[in-house]
Amino acid sequence: MAAHLSYGRVNLNILREAARKELREFLDKCAGSKAIVWDEYLTGPFGLIAQYSLLKEHEVEKMFTLKSGRLPSADVKNIIFFVRPRLELMDIIAENVCSEDKQHSPRDFHILFVPRRSMLCEQRLKEQGVLGSFINIDEYILDLIPYDGDLLSMEYESAFRECYLENDQTSLYHTAKGLMTLQALYGTIPQIYGKGECARHVANMMLRMKREFAGSQNQILPVFDTLLLLDRNVDLLTPVATQLTYEGLIDEIYGINNGYVKLPPEKFAQKKQGEASKDLPTEPKKLQLNSAEELYAEIRDKNFNAVGAALSKKAKIISAAFEERHNAKTVGEIKQFVSQLPHMQAARSSLANHTSVAELIKDITTSEAFFDNLTVEQEFMTGVDTDKVNTYIEDSIAQKDPLIKILRLVCMQSVCNNGLKQKVFDYYKREILQSGLLKPQTSSRNNYPTIRKTLKLWMEDANEQNPNDISYVYSGYAPLSIRLTQVLARPGWRSIEEVLKMLPGPHFEERQQLPAGLHKKRQQGENRTTLVFFLGGVTYAEIAALRFLSQMEDSGMEYIIATTKLINGTTWIKSLMDRPESQTP
Amino acid sequence: MSFITANWNPLGEAFYRKTELYEMSWNLRDGLRDSLVAAAPYGGPIALLREPHRRSPSSRPQLEIYSASGVDIASFPWKSGPVVQLGWTVSDELLCIQEDGSVLIYDLFGSFKRHFTMGQEVVQTQVLEAKVFHSPYGTGVAIVTGSSRFTLATNIDDLKLRRLPEVPGLQGKPSCWVVLTQDRQTKVLLSNGPELYILDNTSCTAVCPPGFSPQVGNIVQMAVSFSYKYLALFTDTGHLWTGSSHLQDKLSEVDTKKTPTPKHMVWCRRPKSQQPSVVLMWDRLLLVAGVCGDTIQYPSNQFPLEDPCVLVGELDGVRIISSTNQELLQEVPLVCQDMFKIASMAPGALLLEAHREYEKSSQKADEYLREIKEQSMLGEAVRQCVEAAGHEYDPSTQKSLLRAASFGKCFLTDFSPDQFVTTCRELRVLNGVRENGVGLPLTHTQFKQMTLQVLIDRLVYRQFYPLAIEMCRYLKIPDYQGVSRVLKHWASCKVQQKDLSDDAIARAVCVKVGDSPGVSYSHIAAKAYECGRTELAIKLLDSEARSGEQVPLLLKMKRSQLALSKAVESGDTDLVYTVVSYLKNEMNRGDFFMTLRNQPVALSLYRQFCKLQEQETLKDLYNQDDDHQELANYYVTASYREKRLDSRLSLLQSAIDEYNKAKNEFSAKMTEDEMRLLRFQRKLDDEKGAGLLGLSLQATMEALLSLGLHKQTEQLYRDFRVPDKRYWWLKLMSLAEKEEWEELEKFSKSKKSPIGYLAFVDVCMKSNNKYEAKKYVSKVTPEQKVKAHLAVSDLEGAADAAIERKNDAEMGAILSRCSASDRLLIDRLNRARAAAAKK
Repeated sequence: MAAHLSYGRVNLNILREAARKELREFLDKCAGSKAIVWDEYLTGPFGLIAQYSLLKEHEVEKMFTLKSGRLPSADVKNIIFFVRPRLELMDIIAENVCSEDKQHSPRDFHILFVPRRSMLCEQRLKEQGVLGSFINIDEYILDLIPYDGDLLSMEYESAFRECYLENDQTSLYHTAKGLMTLQALYGTIPQIYGKGECARHVANMMLRMKREFAGSQNQILPVFDTLLLLDRNVDLLTPVATQLTYEGLIDEIYGINNGYVKLPPEKFAQKKQGEASKDLPTEPKKLQLNSAEELYAEIRDKNFNAVGAALSKKAKIISAAFEERHNAKTVGEIKQFVSQLPHMQAARSSLANHTSVAELIKDITTSEAFFDNLTVEQEFMTGVDTDKVNTYIEDSIAQKDPLIKILRLVCMQSVCNNGLKQKVFDYYKREILQSGLLKPQTSSRNNYPTIRKTLKLWMEDANEQNPNDISYVYSGYAPLSIRLTQVLARPGWRSIEEVLKMLPGPHFEERQQLPAGLHKKRQQGENRTTLVFFLGGVTYAEIAALRFLSQMEDSGMEYIIATTKLINGTTWIKSLMDRPESQTP
Repeated sequence: MSFITANWNPLGEAFYRKTELYEMSWNLRDGLRDSLVAAAPYGGPIALLREPHRRSPSSRPQLEIYSASGVDIASFPWKSGPVVQLGWTVSDELLCIQEDGSVLIYDLFGSFKRHFTMGQEVVQTQVLEAKVFHSPYGTGVAIVTGSSRFTLATNIDDLKLRRLPEVPGLQGKPSCWVVLTQDRQTKVLLSNGPELYILDNTSCTAVCPPGFSPQVGNIVQMAVSFSYKYLALFTDTGHLWTGSSHLQDKLSEVDTKKTPTPKHMVWCRRPKSQQPSVVLMWDRLLLVAGVCGDTIQYPSNQFPLEDPCVLVGELDGVRIISSTNQELLQEVPLVCQDMFKIASMAPGALLLEAHREYEKSSQKADEYLREIKEQSMLGEAVRQCVEAAGHEYDPSTQKSLLRAASFGKCFLTDFSPDQFVTTCRELRVLNGVRENGVGLPLTHTQFKQMTLQVLIDRLVYRQFYPLAIEMCRYLKIPDYQGVSRVLKHWASCKVQQKDLSDDAIARAVCVKVGDSPGVSYSHIAAKAYECGRTELAIKLLDSEARSGEQVPLLLKMKRSQLALSKAVESGDTDLVYTVVSYLKNEMNRGDFFMTLRNQPVALSLYRQFCKLQEQETLKDLYNQDDDHQELANYYVTASYREKRLDSRLSLLQSAIDEYNKAKNEFSAKMTEDEMRLLRFQRKLDDEKGAGLLGLSLQATMEALLSLGLHKQTEQLYRDFRVPDKRYWWLKLMSLAEKEEWEELEKFSKSKKSPIGYLAFVDVCMKSNNKYEAKKYVSKVTPEQKVKAHLAVSDLEGAADAAIERKNDAEMGAILSRCSASDRLLIDRLNRARAAAAKK
């Protein structure tokens, strides 16, 4: 199931295996049959590490969701709580444990904190008088979860909010720890670049932790040459823009969760049954999306406008392959054909699925509303009228379009204008009264145009079918974050010193000493590997752009992507809102 | 080299030798007489308590601690109760077992560490005899009390007292007893007259050693071997029985013809011993009784007469300590016998001879070499020389053997030098620690058994830090296990030096320890704190890299502010929370808030915590900081939780006050509006039962419209200065939804639409009312005409508009909507396009 993790330049399956091993070790620590009580948030990420079968092998017989009240009865020896270290969860656990004691059943309790145990939580359990009931209190260090062959995520939803709105750097600490774990498995990363306050902070903590572990020098040949830490804060524009790659659009429209997407079932009905099929599938269709699926790997990062062509080309290849059987004359040829059959059938069903998905998306992208929205976005990005109240936004508010959609647009306008003018700001605020990312303009000059021009953020002639620049992922707009990455690789940040100064937060470079003898001897033409870490989230379109850079023949650089959370404009802004319902008129 | 065998004595097939280790450095006035003496094996230290039974308070007995070579380490007057027995633990701690059953533990330098007791009842019954023993579980203590009961503690570091069953018929103490560790069980073997008993946890069993006839008399002395495998029993008729300690085999029985009870009786064996023996000591005689039946007598002339001696059983021999010197008695290792036996023709011996001739430049060297080579025994010869060198105590003998080995090696190809190199290194280390000043007389066999790690520990216990570090470096031990460990010990010891200032110590420690891997500054700091040097501890903690270690100690030392800033530095928020919650309990509220104020990170974390857990505290916190903005926000949020309108309004009023203080006019104004709206809603709810309370302005207007309350809606629109656009949209959609088309038309004509008329078209179409939609098409601005026509599927109209505007894109859009039946229209559009393109 996890084979696709090992296809990439860096074998991320090592990380997954390490995580699985640790999980097995913990489970074996609690001898006998067990039931796991899950913090619901964790089930998704854990699914990427271990399926139920692994848990079953280690005598996990039941699984429950953590909720207050009494634990469901289960004839098991051990009850294990898998939880994030959160106080409110501790209260629930305490309640569970207390009501359990009354039944006089001799079940053993354990807690596994993910990703780290917390003195605060243990203190809370102690106050509740249940700390003594736990036989094992352990931590399961799951910081970076491998999502795909080149993608790691911490699935830490509130990271950006915590860092910028609440001044809480817990996520950065976990990031640094995660990077240390990564370095323990893949060797010390000799060069660290970064941009932004949080990046600086993470780098500082990493260097500090390295000192703490001094002595236990690891002797692994470094797999990564460079680490680039980027604050989401540096590029707020990209996440609010509508992604136009295939995968990006799936996420924008339906939301991809832990590698799965749920789609409306109608299009996936069995065609053969004709009319009757209409009311058959009511459950949403659940699709797993990763590079293990050959076709998906091929089209995920394409601009959606190029997906149709790719699909029809694929369809031709597949039907041609099926036609082959007529040419198969000898027994040997037939045998060979039959041996390829499962693969071809899988390809055919994959094609059918994605054709349906593409149809679903096309319905939306061809709609007027989508087009209008995109037009406004592109106006902002090219710097048209960013200093005035925008009519489209006004109309959207009046028409009670989803709040998040409005906020996305307003935020975008704000970013493209380096903050809104106080008058405009107040106007919007009055209109929606929900402070999000808007900020009053502080400096009198708008420097976005300079940034846009220097970094070539807007490409007029973006080629969607056969892209030659990363701007294809937004049909014209080249994500700032990725431009920074690209420039770092060549010609280097020194060339854009001025622009870097305009962007928030410091930029820096650090070197980590390698033990003697671990310096890589590079083969001629061998690519360098960079780990790009997005602090505060990354969008699928950005990932697509980085993959595109990796594949460019002359780039000489391969990118592995890591982030606190995979985001799109909607999920991102949602994570920043307090309580969406508490909106005043 | 005949002189090497000068101190050899044959015993059966084998030889025994007695080598002098040291002339003792001590100067004992009364020798070892009337003293309790404890000397630890593996060249351990010697403790001496003079006249332990003298009880007059005026003259307290003196407890003295010496190295094995007799160098004075510590000495102090014994102030506690009478001591029955002294003993050493495996980690060089001194155990003093008192008559009342309490055991006091001192370190090598005579400072008291801790104590424990062998049971409360012992205070009455008193300890008659005690023994300290070693087992795989650690160091143990066994006592026999005045009530003839035995109590055992197998491991003093994990104290579990075991009172053993009663021994039938035993009065007072047994005539002799030993502690045995067998089959993972600790037992006591004791004799009472002719009877022999084995005492274990549950039972007391009378036993009879095989071949032991009762006629040989009462057992008065017994000894177990170093490995607990063999047992020796001595009877009052002078018979010595030896056999396995399982009491299943007998080795031999020797009649020593000496009836007095020997002072000491110790096994003398070595691993793979050919000829083990038992060493017995009387006042004037040392007797080695081989299992073969042979004996060696070391008469008084070779032996200090009057002076009593102490025998220390070792892994591979017996050390004999007298007041003037110390000797090692051991069976000569086989390889040394081969090397040095007179007229030995062993290859090693020939090689040694060859080398000696070579040094004399004699051609005989060649003859010897040839002889060895002819038998192809040169490799074996080198091996023998190297091995024998390891067993020799005298450096010059070691050298000549190693030189011979080196010489022989020259004539060999493919001979691995490993053994030679290792032996050279190890001998250098051994010679170093055997030095009189250090005084660890270890044999090579003992060294191998105790391991290098333990040897380093032993040096560290004795505070030979530089030597230990030199050794680690010389033997190239990884820093983590070697130098760092030594430095850690050194630093922990350094911080206890009372005569140095905190600064001096901190500086010295930091300079020496630096960034050595694996040395924990917090560990050193904890030591300093234990000794009451808090300031020093804090200075040292500064160098600790791991905040997780720093913070708890700082809290323990009540340096909470510092702990907080360290926690913040670490970035570990859980750590910060821990300190914050600690501070919250420790400090009064005012101080607590002030402390947080200086730590913005901690403050914001605490705010987060309060938001989730303690809303009230949050208010206090903002109040304290005069943070009016946040306070106002707090009131607003609180108002949402409030069910009753009055309280809600009063909270909002507080919010307005705070917003005003914060000079946030905008928010104050908005909050005022909210209050106004709430009041308005209540009024309407009361009047019409509209159920508006809590809705947003937009939703309120919507609800009002859907109730047909146009006047009230209008009022809100004016009162709250709702932008025209929004109002128009709202009304438009609401009317369309209710399908009040007439009303809508009236509305559209009320004044010029601020949202244009395309919106009207779209909204009508959404309600599927093409008829109504068409009414508005004409009113649409020229730019939107085409769109409007298209919206009502009026292609002709759209085409007219587009052609008039000569807009290519629009024409294209219409074309894409045309179907084949619209032939004429398509032609027209194409023509217009072509015409427009020409221009």
